[in-house]
Amino acid sequence: MNPLSLARWQFAVVTIYHFFYVPLTLGLAIFIAIIETKYVRTGDEMYKKMAKFWGKIFLINFAIGVVTGIVQEFQFGMNWSEYSRFMGDIFGAPLAIEALLAFYMESTFIGLWVFGWDKLTKKQHLAAAWMVAIGSNLSALWILIANSFMQNPVGYTIDPETGRVLMSDFAALVFNPNVMIQFPHVLTSGVALAGFVVMAFSAWHLLRKHEVTFFLRSFRMAAFYALVGSVLVGTIGHFQGQYLVEQQPMKMAVSEAHWNTEDPASLSLFTIGNWEQTEDVFSIRIPALLSFMTYNRPYGEIKGINELQEEFEQTYGPGDYVPPVALNYWSFRTMIGAGGAMILLAFLGVLWSKDGKFDGKKELYLKAMVYAAALPYLAVSTGWILTETGRWPWIVYGLQKIEDAVSPNVPAWNVAFSLAIMTVIYTIFTIVAYKLAIKYGTGEIEVSH
Amino acid sequence: MDLNTIWFILVTILFIGFFFLEGFDYGVGILMPFLSKEDNERRAVINTIGPHWDGNEVWMITAGGALFAAFPHVYATLFSGFYLALVLMLAALILRGLAFEYRSLRDDPVWRNRWDWAIFTGSLVPALLWGVTVGNLMRGFAIDADMNYWGGLFPLLNTYSLLAGFVFVALFTAHGANFLALKLEGDLAERAKKFGFQAWIVATVLAVLFLIWTFFETNIMAQGLIPALLAAVALLLAGWYAKSGKDGLAFIMTSLTIVFTTIMVFAGLFPRILISSIDAAYTLNIYNASASPYSLKVMTIVAAIFVPVVLVYQIWTYKVFSGRIKADPETLIY
Repeated sequence: MNPLSLARWQFAVVTIYHFFYVPLTLGLAIFIAIIETKYVRTGDEMYKKMAKFWGKIFLINFAIGVVTGIVQEFQFGMNWSEYSRFMGDIFGAPLAIEALLAFYMESTFIGLWVFGWDKLTKKQHLAAAWMVAIGSNLSALWILIANSFMQNPVGYTIDPETGRVLMSDFAALVFNPNVMIQFPHVLTSGVALAGFVVMAFSAWHLLRKHEVTFFLRSFRMAAFYALVGSVLVGTIGHFQGQYLVEQQPMKMAVSEAHWNTEDPASLSLFTIGNWEQTEDVFSIRIPALLSFMTYNRPYGEIKGINELQEEFEQTYGPGDYVPPVALNYWSFRTMIGAGGAMILLAFLGVLWSKDGKFDGKKELYLKAMVYAAALPYLAVSTGWILTETGRWPWIVYGLQKIEDAVSPNVPAWNVAFSLAIMTVIYTIFTIVAYKLAIKYGTGEIEVSH
Repeated sequence: MDLNTIWFILVTILFIGFFFLEGFDYGVGILMPFLSKEDNERRAVINTIGPHWDGNEVWMITAGGALFAAFPHVYATLFSGFYLALVLMLAALILRGLAFEYRSLRDDPVWRNRWDWAIFTGSLVPALLWGVTVGNLMRGFAIDADMNYWGGLFPLLNTYSLLAGFVFVALFTAHGANFLALKLEGDLAERAKKFGFQAWIVATVLAVLFLIWTFFETNIMAQGLIPALLAAVALLLAGWYAKSGKDGLAFIMTSLTIVFTTIMVFAGLFPRILISSIDAAYTLNIYNASASPYSLKVMTIVAAIFVPVVLVYQIWTYKVFSGRIKADPETLIY
């Protein structure tokens, strides 16, 4: 394999792994801060126990999120030095602000939160919890501001001498319309995911009639939390889809296996395409539904892959501009399928946890909920696969291709070596973190340490 | 003073903060397995930096981010050029960070012992590699006309830069021991001091060698002589104070040694950042490697607002957790 493919694999591996941990950090930090707020307001010791219990899961996850995050920041320079040179003026700023504003905040206040139960007043400690929650979500905001430029470049000029991107309008960068959709989408996906993780462990205990009051309260709070999260993430996702049709029509076309321009456009339910990515081999489609989803009316033209390919060739010269259709099509469907199931399951959770009697089919539901935590993980991973690979062949949409972004001076064996090391380390520690989370999540609610 | 110079100074400050704070963190990690075999005592050692290590590490991350924002070519050249060294360092930092958090989560001596060695390795390797990196920065390396370094890892492991790496390890170990002398009690603190003094002897011998060699090998001393001398004086005083039992002053002196050494490096480089050993014309400096004036202006405003805020709450954290830590299972937080 050439250095480019290896570098792309490495980016995929470390980024997908990293984003296993990030959404739980985002959502659970807020969840715990809410619980601790209840503790400070009511003085009910059970809330304190809850904050500590779920805090343990949070910390196991947070630690691996932090250490894998360092790789994220360094790898642009390491593997994508041409990208870093081309984009340095734009991309470095939000990354540095992320560190300055968010990383300091979350990592300093998490120390206070963990070690400060006896050193801080109740209110100070609560403030630390909120600072961790705000800090981690601010970090998501700034990295998404950076990512949004790659999706939808704004507020820039091209340096006539060097051909590199120059920042011309910082506010435009920050208020990129893509940020306005992507950040809420990521934030609420974290909320939903955290809700499902808390429900999974709570369901496990409830099935064993263990600490029923504690875990019923946790389950119920998490069910509300997850319902709000999954409904919002779906709603925002819908608008994101509409936005994409305008902003990155190719990404949307490949996600829908929408080969040719149609008006009204049909929505594919199940499609197998040909190897060349130009037409159906087999397909089930609902007429006009894609137009309706996009324009809120049963008609309206939506451009297809083949026409978009021609348009790109006219604008940017000959080449292949079609991202991997099958990967995007199935990622999209997995994400939406998982999201739909989550809304339903969270809704049932709110409905059925009211009296706390999980009998008959409700017991079956609890059993399912232990495993349902896999759904949001599936959704966030496929969501990012779609977001990043659907931009192919661009690393910065319309401005720089992936093949022009890679470090020229890092030989293939170096990347192969790092890819191997990172894959092994990440896999081992993901298993370790998973086992620790299971150990503490299925353990006693009060542990000495 | 132009924005490029301001950012050069700010990057210097970030590296000073990083080496000063992570210096004692790494030192504590390197010393930890040797100070005690007993679990409570090891925990006490870890807890001296427990609430702080993560916040301290952000100084490194911010220094990296600031390089990217202010001098993107430096970020690109350095990080792609030192690829394998950085891979090893990242692996070590992953081990170390997880070790601090996961070590206590199983009550199993084998598990804990493994993580203890992860803390040791995870502290030693970055200390060494940052020293090697600084050595190469001072000496220059083969950057070509396109700002790329093609030489790979092995030319970077030259004797001069390795010596810089050993200086960093010994100095950080002594610095960490001085920190522990202030944060621990009784026997454990005494043992830390004993190891610290040995590390100080090694650090002093190596640092003197390194300074002399630097004089001949590089042109850093042309502008870096005064901070170099101040660093040397501080290092000597650190040993003097450690020997005479003035632990607080000893810690201040190793801190100043690190501060002045970092100033020496950057003052000696200015206005260069990455020296090309092929041709002086290929050297990356604060102008040909920088971001645009607009971008620098934005970042200056952001930094002017948030750097003081960060300093305030980080210092507050140290105040909250001031005081010595007992190796007593009743009071230790796991």
